[in-house]
Formats: sequence, structure tokens, C-alpha cells
Amino acid sequence: MAQPIRMRIKLEHDFADVRVLIEHPMETGLRKDPVTGELVPMHFIQSMTATLNGNAVVEAQWSRAVARNPYVQFRVNGAKPGDVVGIAWVDNHGESNSTTMKVPAPS
Amino acid sequence: MRVMRRALLARLCAGATLWSAALAGVLHPLLALARQWNKKAFEAQALADALNELGLTKAAESREVIVKAPEIAENGAQVPIEISTAIAGVDTIYVFVDKNPQPFTASFSFMNGAQAFVVTRIKMAESSLLRVIVRAGDKQYTASRDIKVTIGGCGE
Amino acid sequence: MKAVRTVHIARLAIGVLLVLTPLASSAGPEEDRQQFVSFFRHRFPNVALDDYVYGALMANADGREQYEQIMEFPPFIDDIERGKKLWETPFRNGKTFSGCFADGGRGVLAGYPYFDEQLEKVITFENALNTCRRANGEAEFKYGDRDTMGVLTAYARSLSDGARLNVRVDTPAALTRYEAGRELFFRRIGQLNAACAGCHLYNAGNIMRMEVISPALGQATHWPIFRGGEELMTFQGRFKRCMEQMRAQPFGYNSEEWNDLEYFLTYLSDGLPLKASVFRK
Repeated sequence: MAQPIRMRIKLEHDFADVRVLIEHPMETGLRKDPVTGELVPMHFIQSMTATLNGNAVVEAQWSRAVARNPYVQFRVNGAKPGDVVGIAWVDNHGESNSTTMKVPAPS
Repeated sequence: MRVMRRALLARLCAGATLWSAALAGVLHPLLALARQWNKKAFEAQALADALNELGLTKAAESREVIVKAPEIAENGAQVPIEISTAIAGVDTIYVFVDKNPQPFTASFSFMNGAQAFVVTRIKMAESSLLRVIVRAGDKQYTASRDIKVTIGGCGE
Repeated sequence: MKAVRTVHIARLAIGVLLVLTPLASSAGPEEDRQQFVSFFRHRFPNVALDDYVYGALMANADGREQYEQIMEFPPFIDDIERGKKLWETPFRNGKTFSGCFADGGRGVLAGYPYFDEQLEKVITFENALNTCRRANGEAEFKYGDRDTMGVLTAYARSLSDGARLNVRVDTPAALTRYEAGRELFFRRIGQLNAACAGCHLYNAGNIMRMEVISPALGQATHWPIFRGGEELMTFQGRFKRCMEQMRAQPFGYNSEEWNDLEYFLTYLSDGLPLKASVFRK
């Protein structure tokens, strides 16, 4: 079921810049389905974490007012090539997804 | 909460790959975090109620909280914002959109080397103040930007 | 864009009547294009020619910055991926779309639309995609269907990103179709009696319905668009929306009128760089 979590990591001189695009409808519950006319139920990511080598670096709590297919960019000092960045989320339906990516060498 | 956690665990167990060694370290903090999702704060319709619930009632205006946001949002469904600060000891950045039905939009907490810096995209129902509060221990700082949201008739 | 003034749609008819004549007669496609270019460059002296591809954003730094931020990692990547899957998935006979085009489809969009002398009509890129499907024993996609043709073009058109349009109007028969497209551009239509030219030529840069009007120059380069980062719209999908907004009966996807109009409009943007799948408000 997992919708992709897309991640791009760039190692700057002393921090890793991480950009994440998460596929998720982030439905507010206020939108009408154009076909049925019914309100599409609320369905949004509530909690999101970013980890570096298993240690939490970012912990985010979200409302339904974060955009559809949400984008987050953050920076972690002291990251080195080969370090593992993890992203995980859980939504109001109890659904979740996660992914990891290694910090690349500086380009 | 407990029911939700069981349901979550059930779903997670169903996806065997999620329990691989590489990912186990990712999920543990997530479950703890999910339990702390502040329903009262997120569902508050009055800004004051959200701020009270979050204990953010003494934020001082600060030029050191840098909020980059559009003057006129191209589309209220995808408004890019950037928040950063050089203030020391920041643990959390809180984002509010005053005129959204529920003003409390997001919080980002930083630890273990993460910078007090975040870029994200938010939804705005109408023209509103974007309000940011930064917490550094028992100190709170705030900055805001006025963002206009228009709904035009053509667009191209 | 610093709007010159706000235009009431009903006044456009009068405006069009008064100023229509100078650019209404055609000396040929290249002369037309140069007249359009010099008209716009005179009106927007500080906008580089290549920046016309940004449409209403071309002189709006605030809007442009949002565009760049969103385009750096767009929310509609999932739709482009769906299009990529359609492009790469073999037909029942084992062949793929890339086999129908030179260089696997890379750069080919620069040559569309073109006039086919045998078939005696304008061929759009979407026509070519459907021709490929038919030739390989598959049913055509509906031109207006978002989840087939729409997403397919979101990917397939991006194979030509950065290529500069190279539209040819080489024969008398091709010129007839080009001129038919041009005539439609200048024709007053619908209950509002408005011509494309009334907005996208004579009132480009002005505000109507709280929107800055984009100039015709550059319009053909950047399809499909994703309105609000979500609503996929093709070039002819935009014709449909526009004609409906002018309270005119839309001609219809793949109609001769719209294919001719697309031919004319794309010629206007000859030489400008292509970029598919862009964010718009």
C-alpha cells in the first residue's frame, strides 16, 4: 500500500540538507468528491519523524492544513556520508509509511 | 489513543518489511510521538485556545525569528514557507494561520544536531497572518507575515 | 507583474474593435511572430524573451519565487510517475511508445504540431501518441481524460524539456491551417463577444477577474499545467476552460479548430524553450 516517500539529501560542508516529498492526500474533510458529491473524509498525516542513524532529529506534529503531498526540508549538523536518514509518518487512520536513505558523499 | 496504537501496530506488523533492522529505529520514536498528538490544540478554533493549550502565552516579538513567505499566495492549497532562527537552544517551531478554521497548523521539534530550520508548504483558507512561535526552553519568541490569498477567475 | 490596469470583460469587445486592425492581417507566420514579439517587447521592455514561458509570472517576482520553490520538488511528481508508467509499459504486442518516435521520444515535442501533407491536417503530439496506440493494436486514449492522456503527456512531453520549439509552416496547405488558427485567435466568440486576442494580445499584463492575463507569446511551451499543484490541464483543456469562461460553446478536443489554433499558437512560441508539467495557481 505504501505511497512513496521521496527524499533528496545533499551534504553541505557541515550539515546534511534533506528534502522530502511525501505522497499523501492530506484531506481536510471539507472537500466534496466531484463524482459522488459526498464529503471526502479527513485523512491526513498527524505525526512525522526524521532520524539520523536511528536517533530522532526532527519530530513534527501536523494538522490537516499541511499541504497535499507534503514537502519538508530540514538540516542536520554533523552528518557524514553513509549515515542513514529515516523518515516515517503516521496518519489519523493509523496508516503509516517509512523509508531510509544514506547520506551521499559531497558533490 | 490505545486503540489507535493497537490498530497502528496491527497494520505495521502486517507490513513485514517495516520491521527490518534498518527501519526499526525509525518507527519507535514515531509511535511515542503519535501518542502525543495534541488534539485539543489542533482542534481549537480560537487562536487563544490553541496557544493556551500549547503553553505558548508569553512569546515576545523577535527579529531573530526569520519567516520567509509569499506576499500573495499563488494558490492557497500550496503556500511555501521557510522558518529559521539563530536563537540558541531552540527546541520547537510552531506554525499558526490565524484565519484558518483551526489556526494551529504544525509544530517541528529539533534535536540531536538538527538545525532550527524548516521549509514546508501549508494550506491557507483565506488571507491571513502566518504566525510563528519559537520555543527555546522556557523562552518564547514570535514573528509573523501577512499573506494574501486570492481566488481569481481564470489563471494561466 | 505590475498590472497596467484592470479590465472589465465587457469592454474588451470595444477594445478589440478599435485596435484589431493593425495585427489582424497576416503577411506570413514568421512576420506574424516577429510582430507579436515586438508588440510584447515594447509593452514589457524588461522581460527577457525566454521568460515569456512563465506566462503571468514573467514579471511577478513573488509569484515566480513560489513557482521555483514548488517546481524544485513538485507535489505532482506522482502524476508524472503515473505517466512514466504508461509510457514505459509495453502494449499487448510487446512494443512501447518510445518505439514510435525518433530518439525514443526525446526532443520530439519541438516539432509539434506539424502539418501532415498526406492526411491534410495538423498533427498534435497527443494525436501522435494515439496514432502509436492504434498502430500497436490498442484503443486510443480520450484526449480529455486526465488519468490516461493527461498523465501520459505529463511525462512524455517532459522528454523534450529544454528543447526549443521548431514549428514548420512550409507549404501552402500548411499555411491555410496556420491562418485558420490565426483567424480563430482574432475571432470574437461567445456571449461575451471576446476574442483570444482581446485578452492575450491587447490586454496581456492587465488584470481581469483578479488575475494577470498572460501573453500569447510563450503559452504553448509549458503543458500540461497543474493548477494549484493538483489539477492537471492540457493545452486544449485550457482552450475548453477559456471558451466556457467566455460563454462560448467549446469546439472540442482534437477538433480541427483547436488543432489549427494550437498550430498557430505554437508557431508564435517558435524558438522558446519547452518545459512540461509546471505549477500554476
